[in-house]
Amino acid sequence: MCEQRENVNRTRLVSRADLILLAVVLLLAGAALVFYETHKEQGKLVRIRVGSETVEVLPLGKDRTYEVKTGEGSNTVVIKSGTVSVESADCPDKICVRHKPVDSVGETIICLPHKLVVEVVE
Amino acid sequence: MENKEPRKNEKEKTIPASRMTAYIGVFTALALLLSYIESLIPVFLAVPGVKLGLANLVTIVALFKLGVLPAAGISLCRILLSGILFGNLTMILYSLAGATLSLLVMWALKHCRIFFVTGVSIAGAVAHNAGQLAVAAFLLENGSMFYYMCVLAISGAVSGLLIGLLAGSIIRRIRI
Repeated sequence: MCEQRENVNRTRLVSRADLILLAVVLLLAGAALVFYETHKEQGKLVRIRVGSETVEVLPLGKDRTYEVKTGEGSNTVVIKSGTVSVESADCPDKICVRHKPVDSVGETIICLPHKLVVEVVE
Repeated sequence: MENKEPRKNEKEKTIPASRMTAYIGVFTALALLLSYIESLIPVFLAVPGVKLGLANLVTIVALFKLGVLPAAGISLCRILLSGILFGNLTMILYSLAGATLSLLVMWALKHCRIFFVTGVSIAGAVAHNAGQLAVAAFLLENGSMFYYMCVLAISGAVSGLLIGLLAGSIIRRIRI
């Protein structure tokens, strides 16, 4: 019993270095995010790629629906009022569908199972 | 169970092969279960890859209690099994990359005496996300993943902190 308590007390949970590590990661990533958010600019085109191959480049200004069919399956890319999103897809995880609409240069919506990349470019 | 066994430094203690095998089996089963529970939790945020990393709890406890090789074995079994049961080949690939990098970083940090289990967990979680992102960047030949890395670093640090505190409490209390 006594031995067990001693054992419990021997390991501390958090060291100073742990906290510094946490702070450094949060600060660096936070600063980078703030920098990213303040420097983003509205994109003009949407590039749709499958793997490394560009299949279509569409203007972001014009509303339209574009169906991307790949060997793996299909995704429906929708451009609406200056933002692009993936409306539906038959991929297993549906992460691309849940992704928020994007409109800034460099932002991407990625469907990993279909190797689809929807990227906003200048 | 054997209380009379001489207890010197816990880390130096060698575990008999038969017990080790049993532990690895139990830990793998637990990790698989946690993987499954995690897959039931819906993705709250719009950014993919943000998750709690419950299965990492088992890896950390295994790393501290059993050693790096058993921890690697448990991770590998868990990824292969959960990939086959609930996922697909791509998922296995991503998980493997994340888990490998994560375990290497955690192992290295564990040997730096200044970090405790929480720091090890935080670094492991961030490394896990970085590894997965590296594979995604490689497969998709897409360099513009900077934004994801920032978000994933923050989420990794937070979930790593939570899992680390939990793992630390477990490591304190279980006796192997």
